Amino acid sequence: MLQLECPWCGPRDEVEFSYGGQAAVAYPVDPSALSDEEWAAFLFVRDNPKGPFAERWVHTHGCRRWFDVVRDTVTHEIHVRRD
Amino acid sequence: MSGEHPAFLWRNPEPKRSYEVVIVGGGGHGLATAYYLAKEHGITDVAVIERGWLAGGNVTRNTTIIRSNYLWDESAAIYEHALQLWEGLEAELDYDLLFSQRGVLNLAHTLSDVREGVRRVCANKLNGVDAEWLEPAEVQEVCPILDVSPHVRYPVLGATFQPRGGIARHENVAWGYARAADALGVDLLQGCEVTGIDVAGGRAVAVETTRGRLAAGTVALVAAGHSSVLAAMADVRLPVQTHPLQALVSELYEKVLDTVVMSNAVHVYVSQAHKGELVMGAGIDSYNSYAQRGSFHVIERQLAAAIELFPIFAGARVLRTWAGIVDVCPDASPIVGLTPVERLYVNCGWGTGGFKATPASGWTFAWTIAHGEPHELNAPFALGRFVSGALIDEHGAAAVAH
Repeated sequence: MLQLECPWCGPRDEVEFSYGGQAAVAYPVDPSALSDEEWAAFLFVRDNPKGPFAERWVHTHGCRRWFDVVRDTVTHEIHVRRD
Repeated sequence: MSGEHPAFLWRNPEPKRSYEVVIVGGGGHGLATAYYLAKEHGITDVAVIERGWLAGGNVTRNTTIIRSNYLWDESAAIYEHALQLWEGLEAELDYDLLFSQRGVLNLAHTLSDVREGVRRVCANKLNGVDAEWLEPAEVQEVCPILDVSPHVRYPVLGATFQPRGGIARHENVAWGYARAADALGVDLLQGCEVTGIDVAGGRAVAVETTRGRLAAGTVALVAAGHSSVLAAMADVRLPVQTHPLQALVSELYEKVLDTVVMSNAVHVYVSQAHKGELVMGAGIDSYNSYAQRGSFHVIERQLAAAIELFPIFAGARVLRTWAGIVDVCPDASPIVGLTPVERLYVNCGWGTGGFKATPASGWTFAWTIAHGEPHELNAPFALGRFVSGALIDEHGAAAVAH
């Protein structure tokens, strides 16, 4: 089981958290200006790297704080936390 | 195949400099693709290249469940085609697959499960897929060790039943396809990792590998959890995310379970293999991973679910657990067909349910490679559906146990 460090509550077991996928996916500034291909890319396509991955977690069963980490998808090592 | 099992089922040839078709990925789908290319289309100048050893990935890490009782027409069509191929596969490959049509139960535990199950049975019948709705007492007849009493936390309110569903011994499936493809002239190249895909003028022309450069008329990616990594070598982004999917087996027991039982709501699926071990699986770990391992709480929860459904399992002991890495699409349906790069084809996104599809995946993908266009059975699963919006939402239909 992973152990994640919540910015408010400190290190907690993975079961207290929910996964939010890739971090920093910005909502399009003007969605109606996008082509179907661009909209599909925003809606359905996310990075899926083998290695360091910036991703979101939420402390669902705690303070409900969202935060970002950079976690290696091969070793599961967590390198960086961004609040 | 009669008589003694041979020591080697295929040659281990040196790579040629070029092939008409290079299939990346020596798992079930890749090997099936190679076999049907040679068998159905006469295309034998084919290499299957595999980073590790043949059948070392998901094809031998799954829980071997075979069924075709999907809700949507597109899914029912391709999975039912697979099931029909399964029904003749041992004879076709002349190899024992321990294919056993022992039936598959999908349990309903809530009113919405019941409604979904009855609806799916009706949809299956309209699509020519065998399906029955069973009331709890009938479920008990099919599976006597299942607790169908009303006093459990999630009582069994009924089940769908597909009698033609079942299991097969998964490594035999891979070996059977490998042996047959090899016999037709396909080169199976193990220890051959792709390091690059050469694209010239918008067309895939070769793969760079740890065993040299292989020029290719067509490059076909069939690499499950590593599909994103490979596609990125040709600047193609795929709408898949790679997750661990765990499974486990118990120690060997006398035969107590002669059907396959799946529960989406309580969330476990279980069968008993021919040797006697209970084989169980559940859902993916939530996070992205290429590590072929998952978190222990996922195992703990699936065992809790299994014991709730099957009280006699409380005394069973886990022999081992493992994980594969599965490539999951937003709609839980696969991607089969063309990419924006000419002569670069992809077959991925089978997620947690690819084993049952192996024959049809290979059969339709081989057709697509041979003809350069989608087959009517895989056309709905083209990459373009994410732009058109014509998703095949099996998350809702097949839920998590897929």
